[in-house]
Amino acid sequence: MNSLKLWIAIGMLVLASSAGDVMLSAAMKRIGDLDLIRIEKGLLGVISRVISERLFLLGLCCLIFSFFCLLTALSWGDASLVAPASASLTYICSAIMAKFLLHENVDRRRWLSAALVCVGVLLLVK
Amino acid sequence: MADIRVKFKKIFIYLAIACCNGTGDVLLKRGMDNLGEIHLNHWTHIFNAFVDPWIILGILFLAGFFYSYLTALSWADLTFVLPATAFGYVVTAFLSRVFLHETVSLWRWAGVLLITCGVGLVARGPSLTERHTKDTALGKDAALTKDATLSKDPLLAKDPAISRTKEQHELA
Repeated sequence: MNSLKLWIAIGMLVLASSAGDVMLSAAMKRIGDLDLIRIEKGLLGVISRVISERLFLLGLCCLIFSFFCLLTALSWGDASLVAPASASLTYICSAIMAKFLLHENVDRRRWLSAALVCVGVLLLVK
Repeated sequence: MADIRVKFKKIFIYLAIACCNGTGDVLLKRGMDNLGEIHLNHWTHIFNAFVDPWIILGILFLAGFFYSYLTALSWADLTFVLPATAFGYVVTAFLSRVFLHETVSLWRWAGVLLITCGVGLVARGPSLTERHTKDTALGKDAALTKDATLSKDPLLAKDPAISRTKEQHELA
């Protein structure tokens, strides 16, 4: 029962942080190249442009929610299980979401690298 | 020439993301060590963290990480940028070995090696990302076709031509 609760929290954490990343990515594509905006309007111009994008705020809310999920999961389970499991699952989940929601060209090279990073993160706790 | 600039920009933003992420984490850890353990009964103790110079420096580094992450996302794919954030773990491993004097086990070095391979694999991808992001702006169908160059060039070449002929018609 307890482990089920823990995995539900990890699942929500992974979904929230992937969704947040996807939303941030979509928002930044809508805003355009930040380097060019900074050259034109300075750092404050960049900040106000980014904050006024609704999708960015939504993505940020997702990331904040995922942070609270992380804290909850950490209080239910070991840090050595929760942190790497959620981080590595997030890489896979983000790649899937990026392919189907952002229509990114996730080729074999990118799948392979997502898998390598995922396994590598898991090994970090050994 | 533009190609070299793009390449330089890619490498620079990758390094900025990885270094700021890893260094920020290590600085926070160093600061929290100074602070000592936080007990739930005295949780207000955590606000002392905001006067610790290590922690302030760590927060500044993490803010720098978030800024470079957003900048990278503004011109590159999410699947291109995400491995760079994982490279932060590698930086953390090296820094905690050197700076915090923690022991890093053989398994961890294996993990570091795998992450480095994964990051290198994606980073070596040529300007395909750049072309691809332009494709997504053009529409889903263009993004779904596998060969980005073939689908992009005729579309881009056609569009201005179409609009130009339209303008000429209107003028006439």
